Amino acid sequence: MPDKRKARKVIRGYLLFVATLIAAAIILWIFPDKITAATTTTWNYFLEIIMILPAVMIIMGLFSVFVSRELVVKYLGKTSGLKGILLAVFFGMLPTGPLYVAFPLAVALRSKGASISNIIIFLSAWACIKLPQELVELQFLGIEFMAARLVLTIIFVAIMGLFIERLIEWTDKKRIGISQEVEK
Amino acid sequence: MSTTAIIINLLALGCLVFALVKDRGRTKQSIGVAVKSFIRILPTVFIIIVIIGLLMAFAPPDQISRFIGEQAGFGGLLAIAALGAVLHIPALISFPLAASLLQSGAGVASVAAFITTLTMIGMVTLPLEIKELGKKMAFLRNGLSFIIAIIIALIMGVIL
Repeated sequence: MPDKRKARKVIRGYLLFVATLIAAAIILWIFPDKITAATTTTWNYFLEIIMILPAVMIIMGLFSVFVSRELVVKYLGKTSGLKGILLAVFFGMLPTGPLYVAFPLAVALRSKGASISNIIIFLSAWACIKLPQELVELQFLGIEFMAARLVLTIIFVAIMGLFIERLIEWTDKKRIGISQEVEK
Repeated sequence: MSTTAIIINLLALGCLVFALVKDRGRTKQSIGVAVKSFIRILPTVFIIIVIIGLLMAFAPPDQISRFIGEQAGFGGLLAIAALGAVLHIPALISFPLAASLLQSGAGVASVAAFITTLTMIGMVTLPLEIKELGKKMAFLRNGLSFIIAIIIALIMGVIL
């Protein structure tokens, strides 16, 4: 039962939290002069994350239910050029699940005719610049850091996608060339 | 509440209202997904903020700065990028951790490299990626991601 296994994993998470708490308490009991610094920091970070976490989770939940796999495959399957790159980034950024969900989706996209570059860009955007992640990044690291990393990531992921596509096409062509030679 | 937090909450509220108008059933389902994810991620969030508290109380800024700050140089940057590539912690949690490192003397470049490799390169998901997409594509994507993470980090270190 996957549900049961999931529940057990959640319980393990909470147990780990209790263990961390006990360990922290012991450490602070040994170094009582650090108690104020540690608890103040933890409390401030707690406030900062709890103010946005429910909102981030709701955005994630909404997108994962409303944006279906079929929709992504339909739009990304046959696009190319700059529009394809932008769409790959856009769909990659939508919060529709963890990275391991993206791999089968990438395979489906490939069979629908999406280019290798778009698949690489889609996967990398999915991993690195998801919308909920960007919101938490905005909250903790500020608009400058978040915007700079976002823009740079999109640029370099696009370059990487195009480069890998060329490379794979080039090596595939070479291999086909060799196998034809052998057949002769 | 900070302006950023208010904007994020308004955004969520806006999405929620829009979804409710479009499809009540699916909105209910979405909230179910949200609650489940919230319960699942909460202990990890708590663990990381307890660790951040200890880190800030015990690790003196000059030590952190020496290892992953401006003084650490390119070697320090490579080391933290490699650490990000190997570690498997949820991205959402990495941002408060990154903020605490920045606050206690880490360099912008190191923090940017850490976040980027942490999210983009998955050692844990690599076997699955190989299985689904093939060795060539998986290794190329993860390997080149490491390089572009370093480039992104260096540029961010210069401009911020």
